[in-house]
Amino acid sequence: MLIVFCPNCGPRPVEEFRFGGELPSPPESITDPAERDFDQVWMFNNVAGIHTERWYHDAGCHRWTTVRRDTRVDRIVEQHVSLRPD
Amino acid sequence: MNEFVETLLSLTWHEPRSSYDVVIIGGGGHGLATAYYLATRHGITNVAVVEADYIGSGNSGRNTTIIRSNYGIPESIRFYRHSQVLYDRLEDETGCWIMHATKGLIWLAHTESAMRAERARCQLNNAMGVETVLVDPVEIKRLCPQIDLSGGGRYPVLGASYHVPASTARHDRVVWAYAQGAMERGVHVLQQTTVTGLLRDGDRVVGVRTNRGDIAAGTVMSAVGGDVTTIASYAGVRLPVRTHPLQAFVTNGYSQGFGPIVSDTELLCYISQTARGQMLIGHEYDREQSYSRQSSFQFLQANAVKMSYLLPFVRNLRILRQWTGRCDVSADFSPIMGFTGVDGFVITTGWGTWGFKAIPAGGEQMAELIATGRTPEMIAPFALDRFAADHSMADQGSTGTR
Repeated sequence: MLIVFCPNCGPRPVEEFRFGGELPSPPESITDPAERDFDQVWMFNNVAGIHTERWYHDAGCHRWTTVRRDTRVDRIVEQHVSLRPD
Repeated sequence: MNEFVETLLSLTWHEPRSSYDVVIIGGGGHGLATAYYLATRHGITNVAVVEADYIGSGNSGRNTTIIRSNYGIPESIRFYRHSQVLYDRLEDETGCWIMHATKGLIWLAHTESAMRAERARCQLNNAMGVETVLVDPVEIKRLCPQIDLSGGGRYPVLGASYHVPASTARHDRVVWAYAQGAMERGVHVLQQTTVTGLLRDGDRVVGVRTNRGDIAAGTVMSAVGGDVTTIASYAGVRLPVRTHPLQAFVTNGYSQGFGPIVSDTELLCYISQTARGQMLIGHEYDREQSYSRQSSFQFLQANAVKMSYLLPFVRNLRILRQWTGRCDVSADFSPIMGFTGVDGFVITTGWGTWGFKAIPAGGEQMAELIATGRTPEMIAPFALDRFAADHSMADQGSTGTR
């Protein structure tokens, strides 16, 4: 079972969380602003590998958290990912 | 029931040639059906179907084999109804027994809002010539005597829509029927051949790179399930597709016959009886994206509880097997078929949890698209460029997911 580390509640089973989806990130190769907007709305990177994604502690404290998960083996490789640039 | 006599399959395997008119990536139902219809309807037999494992080893071997057309938008109803008609004829056409059986599908509703949705579904289906009728609890009990209309006291049944022509077929026999029909006419099916890239000439796609060497092609079609985002990225095509696992399981045999397929719009689970008498129980897809085909205990637990509210007899059954497929779920819950904007590269994807029923129609229409170079009218609404045109075909309610 996946264990997600909630910022408030600590390690909790994944059933308590709602999946918030991948972070939309259009590839650098798309430069036209309208094209980037379109890509951000509709397209998915759908990574087979390390995936940065959001989880919402629905049956708990209602906080969001960001993790990195390997989608090939369904294992979380990094909890509490900070999205702020250092 | 039909009276088919089992015949031995005759599959002939070939070494890859260096070039074909059409190369289809993915030897599942959609890929093989496209090859079959290219050969039978359009006389195009210089075709290779490239499969990474064995034919039908992906989602064609991992689905729950329900064939229905009770959708919520006219374009989908027309397309899936056409697929049902092709399925009805498939045994006579190919001479292969696919264990096709018409069972009827009961879509249960537990709330007033769900009843409204089912009433609307019946109206729209009938307007499109598809027989779906609203039934009350008395009629549900007559169609399916095992049901607990109180829903275990928690989910009382208010009514249902009953989709009369719904059926099931044996999944691997469908794959084999199309494979044999295509191979008899000269199509090459290359198993254990993994596509590792696409050959490009400028912007055009001119073939595939595989672990058995490069293969040139006039047209390359992706009929891949699961890894379609990777295949499309070789051509520089971005897709509105997320890959989610979908799990299902079967129990041991239930000796009393169980006639219809029962599905639940609220609890998001469904059940049918296989030809062996086992109860086949499925669920909506897992919430998080994943390429893993691991099955989970949480799924079994949640799903078995829900089903025992509706059909108390399943408590006495034992779970024999469970399995997981990878679903390519499109952003609007409708398939994506047609041209990609890249010359020489066409695609059929976004088949999510609704691909098996569409195998004949999807294959037939994609074959026509490849043979004529034009998008057939029936699948024009499902083109990839609908998202840029803001014409999404949103129909999540009809897919049995939430």
